[in-house]
Amino acid sequence: MQKNMKLNGKIWLITNNNNLINDIDTDMIFHNRYLAITDINQMGQYAFDNLNGWKDFAKESEKGDIIIAGKNFGSGSSRQQAVDCFISLGIQAILAESFGAIYKRNAINSGLPILQIKKINLQKFNQREKIVINLVDGSTNSEYLEIEPFSKVQLDIYQSGNLFSYGK
Amino acid sequence: MGKTIVEKIIQSHSDEKVKAGKIVWMKLDIRTARDFGGPNVVKNLEKYYPDERLPDVENILFTFDCVVPAKTIPYANNQQICREFAKKQGIRVFDVDAGIGTHILMEKGFARPGRILVGTDSHFNILGAVGAFGQGMGDQDIAFTFCTGKTWFEVPETIKINLKGRFTFPTTGKDLVLFVLRKLGSKGALGKCIEYYGECLQDLSFAEYITLCSMMTEMGGIVAFPYPNENVTNWLIKRTGENPEFIFADRDAKYCNEIEIDVTDLQPQIACPPKPDNVKEVSRLKCLKVNSVFVGSCTNGRFEDMLQVSEILKGNKVAQGVMLRIVPATKEVYGQMLKEGLIQVLYDAGAIISNPGCGGCASGQIGMTGKREVQISTANRNFLGKQGDGDTYLASPVTAAFAALKGKL
Repeated sequence: MQKNMKLNGKIWLITNNNNLINDIDTDMIFHNRYLAITDINQMGQYAFDNLNGWKDFAKESEKGDIIIAGKNFGSGSSRQQAVDCFISLGIQAILAESFGAIYKRNAINSGLPILQIKKINLQKFNQREKIVINLVDGSTNSEYLEIEPFSKVQLDIYQSGNLFSYGK
Repeated sequence: MGKTIVEKIIQSHSDEKVKAGKIVWMKLDIRTARDFGGPNVVKNLEKYYPDERLPDVENILFTFDCVVPAKTIPYANNQQICREFAKKQGIRVFDVDAGIGTHILMEKGFARPGRILVGTDSHFNILGAVGAFGQGMGDQDIAFTFCTGKTWFEVPETIKINLKGRFTFPTTGKDLVLFVLRKLGSKGALGKCIEYYGECLQDLSFAEYITLCSMMTEMGGIVAFPYPNENVTNWLIKRTGENPEFIFADRDAKYCNEIEIDVTDLQPQIACPPKPDNVKEVSRLKCLKVNSVFVGSCTNGRFEDMLQVSEILKGNKVAQGVMLRIVPATKEVYGQMLKEGLIQVLYDAGAIISNPGCGGCASGQIGMTGKREVQISTANRNFLGKQGDGDTYLASPVTAAFAALKGKL
């Protein structure tokens, strides 16, 4: 299957007092009280439900949305559910100023595009505005947003679908 | 150009030329999954590799430590999924009685210097205490490693930390790591390794090496390697029956940063809610009233930790209205506590003592905190809601024991 290298979607700026939130850990993304859940279809409803100010995210998000967050997104535990809950909601990509190391791997292995933000001028963006990003060269439709393109392994896994089809 | 410890370990497991920043394939010595993550590892394997006989099963393990024994039906079902799969494949299971998986890997001699071990536990980097490269991973990663025995990895850069000076009781290894976290912050080692050097390492017990390595995760780091001391060597000889062959960095190894941290006469430290790097001196929080105390977790659940607590509590009672919860890391620790009379001391002091496991961290095997409850915990995370609705402060077993005794800091 030929994968789309150019994504466009409506953004969610995950902010608090007009700043991107840093250190959103996996318990804020997918709290440990739901860890017995193994069915991906059940996971989406709990995304961000332990993140102050964002408890209704699952209800408000739409398929194809793009998340924009601060530094160290997905720090904490190794739970895959913290990635799968966004896949479950149909989130198209996650952009953040940096990612927790395990979270980054989990997303890459699942084929969920996550990209590091090089530069963003937050004031120039409106919540739910549409953006276009290019996974291969890191270009965007806005001069106020620069992102790192996919690494080679990330691109290869993304094109294959996930780690399993890539590694076979 | 010389190599850091992590570069050397990865190099010995890879056919490619290893250098920080490069993505390489590496072979893995031991692959494990626990009751969190484990059921999805099984699910992935059954979906992507149906009817496949896993190779090399003697180097694959299940370790149940999060919700032990299962307290709800979904957890019980998940553990049963792992047990049935393990039986079918001939995989060894350390079941709900065994304790924390990473600690078992060290006790049973699976973790040795220079080995690479992975599991569905973000504190797998604890294994840096014995000079092994431990790495926590998600269930897709682990499923893939079960089947292939390898994974891709971006070779991390390393920060060299020189610890200057020495400290003494009541300051311990936990205060040391909290202090480093205070200096570096939650992103201070993001995606990087740390090598620790300095004479204060000579004074640390093996349990304190575990503590020092475990909170690498809270700095965003991959794995920490403290320069091994005699206690580490003795532990390894006893557990593996051989003299350890530690991996040392080359003299001209390339570090991304070199930091000196002065720990001369370091005072006890405490991480205030809601973040592990929100660290202050304990003395600055004097008179904070405490409702409950948790001693345990992969960070501070060893016998030495329990001994410090019971020496402080011996012949005393915990303050009225304070709940003290004790969770040994493993069955071995529990057994030693029983044999050496610690269980009696702690029982007499009024503690609740549970079976071994992750205890307060993972979905609250030994209970969660309620709103406005103030908890002193020896664990490694105090994020909002992580251990309940209350306020969790992270501190050493010594600080925790005094808090239990006095009902305040």
